[in-house]
Amino acid sequence: MNNYKLASASALSIAVASMASTAQAEDLTLCWAAWDPANALVELSKEFETQSGHSMSFEFIPWPNFADRMLNELNSGGKLCDLLIGDSQWIGGGAENGHYVKLNDFFDAESISMSDFADATVYAYSTWPKGTPNYYALPAMGDANGWFYRKDWFARDDIKAAFKEATGRDLAEPKSQKELLEIAQFFQGREIDGKTVYGASIFTERGSEGITMGVTSALYPWGFKYENTPGEYDMDGAVNSPEAVEALEFYKEFYETATPPGYTNSYMGESLDAFKSGQVAMAMNWFAFFPGLYADPNTGGDKIDFFVNPPQNNAGSTLGGQGISVVAYSDKQDAALEYIKWFAQPDVQSKWWDLGGYSAHNSVLNDPGFKDSAPFAGDFLEAMGSVQDFWQEPAYAELLLAMQKRMHDYVVADQGTAQEALDKLVEDWTEVFEDEGKL
Amino acid sequence: MSDTPATIAANATPPRMARKIKGLSDRAIAWIFVGPTIFLLLAINIFPLIWTIRLSFTNFKANRINREPEWVGLRNYERILTDTDIWLNMQATAHFLFWTIFFQVLIGFTLAYLINKKFKGNDLWTTIIVLPMMLSPAVVGNFWKFLYQPQIGLFNYIIAFFTGKDPSSFEMLGSVNLAPWSIVIVDTWMWTPFVMLICLAGLRSIPDYIYEAAEVDRASKLRQFFTITIPMVLPFLMLAVLFRGIENFKMFDLVVQLTGGGPGSTTELTSINLKREAFEKWRTGYASAYAIILFVTVFGLASIYVKALNKVKER
Repeated sequence: MNNYKLASASALSIAVASMASTAQAEDLTLCWAAWDPANALVELSKEFETQSGHSMSFEFIPWPNFADRMLNELNSGGKLCDLLIGDSQWIGGGAENGHYVKLNDFFDAESISMSDFADATVYAYSTWPKGTPNYYALPAMGDANGWFYRKDWFARDDIKAAFKEATGRDLAEPKSQKELLEIAQFFQGREIDGKTVYGASIFTERGSEGITMGVTSALYPWGFKYENTPGEYDMDGAVNSPEAVEALEFYKEFYETATPPGYTNSYMGESLDAFKSGQVAMAMNWFAFFPGLYADPNTGGDKIDFFVNPPQNNAGSTLGGQGISVVAYSDKQDAALEYIKWFAQPDVQSKWWDLGGYSAHNSVLNDPGFKDSAPFAGDFLEAMGSVQDFWQEPAYAELLLAMQKRMHDYVVADQGTAQEALDKLVEDWTEVFEDEGKL
Repeated sequence: MSDTPATIAANATPPRMARKIKGLSDRAIAWIFVGPTIFLLLAINIFPLIWTIRLSFTNFKANRINREPEWVGLRNYERILTDTDIWLNMQATAHFLFWTIFFQVLIGFTLAYLINKKFKGNDLWTTIIVLPMMLSPAVVGNFWKFLYQPQIGLFNYIIAFFTGKDPSSFEMLGSVNLAPWSIVIVDTWMWTPFVMLICLAGLRSIPDYIYEAAEVDRASKLRQFFTITIPMVLPFLMLAVLFRGIENFKMFDLVVQLTGGGPGSTTELTSINLKREAFEKWRTGYASAYAIILFVTVFGLASIYVKALNKVKER
């Protein structure tokens, strides 16, 4: 009888113990876009799995469908994602609509300080309302729009001589937007190694956010502002300022005179294709792709170099990148917060950068060896010092799609003038903010 | 008193209301069978329609569940009907509808007429011709996107061969003037076989004796074509136009694959525009009003068309 009791007690203890450990170990799902850094994050997260006992699943959505898919998921209160690395523009909607868990108390309890992360990334990826100490994400992936070029072509004597003859200056990385255009126009239609090549591949995509991200890469260096007074939504005179008109005309001229034929609806993928296939001398794209480009066996290595979006009236780069948030509808919020705590550690951030992710942690960025750690690291730091982001309002999608339409109508479809396009944009945005009750 | 056949028959079929199966009346049985269908119809069609009408008078946004929708009266309708951009979308849709139907009917009927002639291998030709309509529109869109590519696309090379132009000098999908036609070409390529099949059914339904009688009357082939073939195939042709019209009014996937609505908004059909308003901008109230306007338009036009079709069939 005693043996029976002992056996029963042992069995019960084992069962309880195993149930307890099952309850603690969660299977977390992290949602993000399907691109190179996501693969790096899978690799990085193996360490978290070992340390925590939780297992990680990943839901990576191709970029063209990322916003649609994820915003549908959030709007429907879906439980697919426990953690979401969402676009910076979503932060306002994520906070106001209750999709994201507010992280202030958690940060305080775990001594995670936002001052450990680059100011620009905290402002852009974490806070809502903008600039207030209300945090809904931890900066996860710093990013900006930058440029890369065929270093091997730029180094060829025959091409250098032809450029000098055509422009009177040396062929080198452009120091201004106008120099950038001049170089692109020089390469446009030129024959190199028996093949016709073109100036540069730029963003012109209509459906999601492509052309807006491209155009703002010209608007910001010209001094574009969304409002005359921040927070007042007084856009007339700012959005359609003479500088903005000039920048938009510049982008249209760039599209018409210095890009390959057929790139009327191109974004990240098309830009990479154009460069990797040897069609263009230069291309714009997000820094996130630069490690992969450098590693490319055909056009990477010593054939490629990188530069920050050139200034014009001032320095300015279009912000990309994302913060990592805990989804409010998740049943595994504690485990998800554990992931964030783990991810915020300086040594994990350092490995993140080594694997190809762009850490926003100051311990990584301020490391004396950071600038030399990759051929694009210095440019990344420079870009992050002058980034601007699109509206991060809860109504960002309406604002974004209005800009997509007005910009594509003018730049690609050649309808109306730059002034008309920007004036109409002010009208569209005014209507959105009126509906939002902000005007 | 023996039963007459009439009384036997009368007794064999009890009065309608009196019949019972396991205690259920005829009416109850009828409701058991029809009820679920009526319920589904109400739940899936009628309720959403009424709900959409209600939403169309509000500023509801499906992505702002925390915000109480406000009643805005006719504001959504007023905005839509006075928005020049939306009228341009309607114009693009009308252009697409007219030209696709025109070419599909013309080419579809011609192909059906040729295939209907008895010749060796016409079954094989029929199979080959109908292949495009068996493909997914997304696949077709991607396929033609490559064909239209100015640098490597076969389409540009063929046109350039005949015109002597540089293949990369014109962009089918990137030009405001050419993009609408590039979509018309693809849709015609894909759906002409459908019209052909309907026309073929019409042509094969005409009895041979009518033509034989016409031959006896010494009617010319041209006269036979216009007085026998066309009138007898017309109801089929009109049906094909109805099907293609409804389908193309909803056209979405092919255009999204090919142009994404661009360049600018040149090929932004109403269906694409509506999807943007409803599920990208999340202006649910506004999109509901938009959907109601489109529904009324299509319903009105289709009703007129069906009346015309019935008149043709009665002749």
